[in-house]
Amino acid sequence: MIRDREQTTTISRPVRRSMSDYLSNGVRSIKPSGIRKFFDLVQGRKDIITLGVGEPDFVTPWHVREAAIYSLEKGKTQYTSNAGMPELREAIAAYLADRFGLHYDPAREIFVTIGGSEAIDLALRALINPGDEILVPEPCYISYSPITSLSGGVPVGVETYAEDSFKLRADKLEAAITPRTKALILCYPSNPTGGIMTYEDWLPIARIVEKYDLIVIADEIYAELTYGARHVSFASIPGMKDRTILVSGFSKAFAMTGWRMGYVCGHPELIGAMLKIHQYTVMCAPIMGQIAALEALTNGLEEMERMVESYNQRRRLVVQGFREIGLDCHEPQGAFYAFPSIRSTGLDSETFAERLLMEAQVAVVPGNVFGRGGEGHVRCSYATSVAQLTEAIERIGRFVEKLKRG
Amino acid sequence: MVDGFKLKILELLKEDARRSPALIATMLGASEEEVARAIEELERDHVIVKYSAVVNWSKVADDKVTALIEVQITPERGRGFEGIAERIYQYPEVKSVFLMSGAYDLLVEVEGKTLQDVASFVSSKLSPIDAVLSTKTFFILKKYKQDGIIFEEREGDQRLVISP
Repeated sequence: MIRDREQTTTISRPVRRSMSDYLSNGVRSIKPSGIRKFFDLVQGRKDIITLGVGEPDFVTPWHVREAAIYSLEKGKTQYTSNAGMPELREAIAAYLADRFGLHYDPAREIFVTIGGSEAIDLALRALINPGDEILVPEPCYISYSPITSLSGGVPVGVETYAEDSFKLRADKLEAAITPRTKALILCYPSNPTGGIMTYEDWLPIARIVEKYDLIVIADEIYAELTYGARHVSFASIPGMKDRTILVSGFSKAFAMTGWRMGYVCGHPELIGAMLKIHQYTVMCAPIMGQIAALEALTNGLEEMERMVESYNQRRRLVVQGFREIGLDCHEPQGAFYAFPSIRSTGLDSETFAERLLMEAQVAVVPGNVFGRGGEGHVRCSYATSVAQLTEAIERIGRFVEKLKRG
Repeated sequence: MVDGFKLKILELLKEDARRSPALIATMLGASEEEVARAIEELERDHVIVKYSAVVNWSKVADDKVTALIEVQITPERGRGFEGIAERIYQYPEVKSVFLMSGAYDLLVEVEGKTLQDVASFVSSKLSPIDAVLSTKTFFILKKYKQDGIIFEEREGDQRLVISP
């Protein structure tokens, strides 16, 4: 003991001049999201139309809200098991089998998380050793790279292109692989591009995953929101189920963003490892949300399909609208975003978005915040009313016209 | 029978009757001519009966009184309830008439300027009809929702303006 003490006194202590010196290298390595800056610009303004929202414009269907209200009245306010209520896990298993042909054991291969976000965090934390490289097709949802860095990993962007409808290309993927590559994150249907991957599109990707022995984190939160073809889950490609950590949830399909209800499925050993972190960090997802989610799966599919049809109608409206005002817009086939190109205006995406907000009172999200390949585009959510969309496109049209006249 | 395409047009018009054929065509991925033709047919076949505004009359200074009246009647030989229903719906004060199953036969919605207006309509016009056996009048105190439309002004979009 005495020797220990002597030792500690001889160790030179780092000098900490400001509070930030106390922060971990991990958290210091990540930058605040570019979306944040825009959020601050827009705060409190009443005159703007926003196409910047990443969530449904529907309120959670009443029967789902009512189920949660009744459960509170009955005093359901306890913890559930770490993995979530068994009835809910069984319902998720049945739903995935029915809708996407996926077969998971509700007892060992599924657990309920606090939004898809928690599942992504858990998956990365469970997989990453310092220096492991994680492939991230971009443009993509903003949290994959920062969470990877926070876990000590190295995010490696793989660019996707408008001319490929933002599908992931096998050659670009293979070119990014090194001996340190451990996993690949897939987000299709894609936020922000609206791109999707078909069965045929997945096959060459699956061959590379196999060849280089990778694990895949498939964020399929928008799986129900496709227009035309049904979503093909990466885990349903032959040989891929055991290599895939499937992340999904209720937010987008059932208009339940605020409930923070997600789930994760995969090989029992991976799921077990993730569950270990989940158990120590959050214990379990909130019970009222779980009860609402169970109601959504049991009685909410019809309502969900009605919402999807409504997004589809608005999707056609914005795509045609952008094309009519002279902006190139690839046809998004999933999620609820259009990702038009603004290159013809000569502005970069951040300047375009800022000036559009100031001069035409329309909020969009500049594409550069979504990583490589996002520059030159803006993300426009069409989950807003037809009247607002029509007005927004007119305003953008006038703005673009003004830019062209110089 | 109305096909799926026309059904979608009807749903879009029911949400907002002022939507143009061009807008509806874009939303359904169809041509403007197809939509215009379908709407014409729906109007011709009296599927679309009329385009009108849903008004919250309680916001209008000159308020109205509305009552729902349960009416028991003796059906006529050969014509059932049709003749009596027609007699009743001719009155401009009558806003709607439904044939009902259960304890009474017709449900009649009557509108007047005052309580007395409605009461006198019932006693001087509705009750004296030979076939009418009895009436029960219920005054509407407040309309919360009509034809699927909620009257109360609710908070608008509550989402964050920008989110990932």
